[in-house]
Amino acid sequence: MDRIVVSGIRKTFQLKPGQYVTVDGEETDRVTVLDGVDLNIRKGEFITLVGPSGSGKSVLLDIIGGLTQASKGIVQLDGTTITRPDPKTGYVFQQYALFPWRTALSNIEYALEVRGVPKRERSDRARYFLALFGLSGFEDRYPNQLSGGMQQRVAIARALASNPEVLLMDEPFAALDAQTREILQSELLKIWEKINTTVIFVTHSIDEAIYLADRIVVMTARPGTVKEIIDIDLQRPRDGDIRSSTEFNAYRARVWEALRDEVNKAQKDWALSPAYAN
Amino acid sequence: MAYISEKPGIGIRLPSIAARSAARPTRKHKTVRGDGTFSYGLPLLILFFLLWEIAPRLGWLNPIFFPPLSDVCRSWIGLAESGVLAKHIGISLQRAAIGFGLATIVAVPLGFLMGRYSLFEKISDLLVQTLRNTSQFALLPVFILLLGIGEASKIAITFYSSVFFLLVNTISGVKAVDPLLLKAARSMGTSDVDLFRKVILPASIPSIVAGARLAVKSSIFAVIGAEMLAAKSGLGYLIQQSQLMMETGDMYAGILTMTLIGLIVNYLLVWFERWATSWKGQSDTSPH
Repeated sequence: MDRIVVSGIRKTFQLKPGQYVTVDGEETDRVTVLDGVDLNIRKGEFITLVGPSGSGKSVLLDIIGGLTQASKGIVQLDGTTITRPDPKTGYVFQQYALFPWRTALSNIEYALEVRGVPKRERSDRARYFLALFGLSGFEDRYPNQLSGGMQQRVAIARALASNPEVLLMDEPFAALDAQTREILQSELLKIWEKINTTVIFVTHSIDEAIYLADRIVVMTARPGTVKEIIDIDLQRPRDGDIRSSTEFNAYRARVWEALRDEVNKAQKDWALSPAYAN
Repeated sequence: MAYISEKPGIGIRLPSIAARSAARPTRKHKTVRGDGTFSYGLPLLILFFLLWEIAPRLGWLNPIFFPPLSDVCRSWIGLAESGVLAKHIGISLQRAAIGFGLATIVAVPLGFLMGRYSLFEKISDLLVQTLRNTSQFALLPVFILLLGIGEASKIAITFYSSVFFLLVNTISGVKAVDPLLLKAARSMGTSDVDLFRKVILPASIPSIVAGARLAVKSSIFAVIGAEMLAAKSGLGYLIQQSQLMMETGDMYAGILTMTLIGLIVNYLLVWFERWATSWKGQSDTSPH
């Protein structure tokens, strides 16, 4: 059964008055970042989204999350068209986006607070998710008293605390060092295997994309469309050693093959990107 | 729709406060006295008081206009014992507090609107800038004409002196809220009301409190000025009246009391500011 259906999504940004960019030799104040994205995502699937910079991965995630409106096309979650953030969706950002004036525990409670969960239950659930990420004892720490990896654990715990059916992750580990990144990838997989949430995970790292995914969606250079969908048939549960297996290497070559031309195209396009990058 | 950022280029991803400061051990905040500047500064202050004591005694200054510090202290004790000083302090502080309180009630909600809705700010900014750059003392005659010589005109001037500090700082605080936090809040389905209450308000507290510090100072200065110009009570009146009566001891006692109140209020506000923003985990506010 398809949980998320993305059909014909197109997104055009209007530049500020007076701003122009040159696209295909023509001056314009409009930039198309997504140009007809179609994608069906099954219940409980782990999807990773890769593509060169500017291919609109994050924009697509925002549209699925109901944070940005598409210029054309629709996204359906369980048959309902998304027009605003859905309570069934959790979102994790690259820069953690924790509230600095709230403690770790209270940051997680926030997600439950705004959904109207009673106080007592809020605290219990927040503690449970902190413990799940090995952060018992850090309840009363403020974000700036936690390392990057711990902050991102809190942020993921916050997104999961409301038992979302869909988890959107926008390069969540990109700001972390390599070791922490691998540890968090494994932690995320372990927890995902338990709760079976549908995950859409944007990344720049091919290894990360393969290690986590059931399917990798490769996006083209701007304007972004789906170039190729690659099924990853690696057994689960996966451990870190799988990265050095022959199958993994084969996938690595295949994903890079799909990406290479797009990355080259995107390089020529780079002058454009500051105008609409995030 | 108001929150959907359709415009490219505006959602520049600022590193959040959290991201900028990685793991840092819990740090005890420096207390105001604990930072050591007090003991460094003490000798010069003592020298100043010493000079105040001996200059009139040695005839460098006319003791009628500039009595030695010990005489001033005696006058101060006299005023304190008679209860006169407490009465004037109470009246001045009350006027400043009411003006400041009203300013907070007006400025914070208004600042939220102006900071959040650009159209509202565009419409009101020019008027605010015009009013803000009009001296409160220039307006005292207007307040007296409109509100009479009584309490209302004094409260009006303290209000006027503090409202713009609060307004400007609330606006800048609201505008400076990390857009990523707003996005995160929206992604969790935060309602508009909760967005104000649970995100924008706490995020702009440091800026509002910094504005409040300036506002309190300004309202105290303003009440003294107003009392010197038109009042029958308050510390400003005491200072002005003592000068007219050539009670220079009382005059300096009044001035010293002002200084003392200024210092105490300032340190209280610095302490409050640190307490209110303790989650920042660092003390970057100087007591100035």
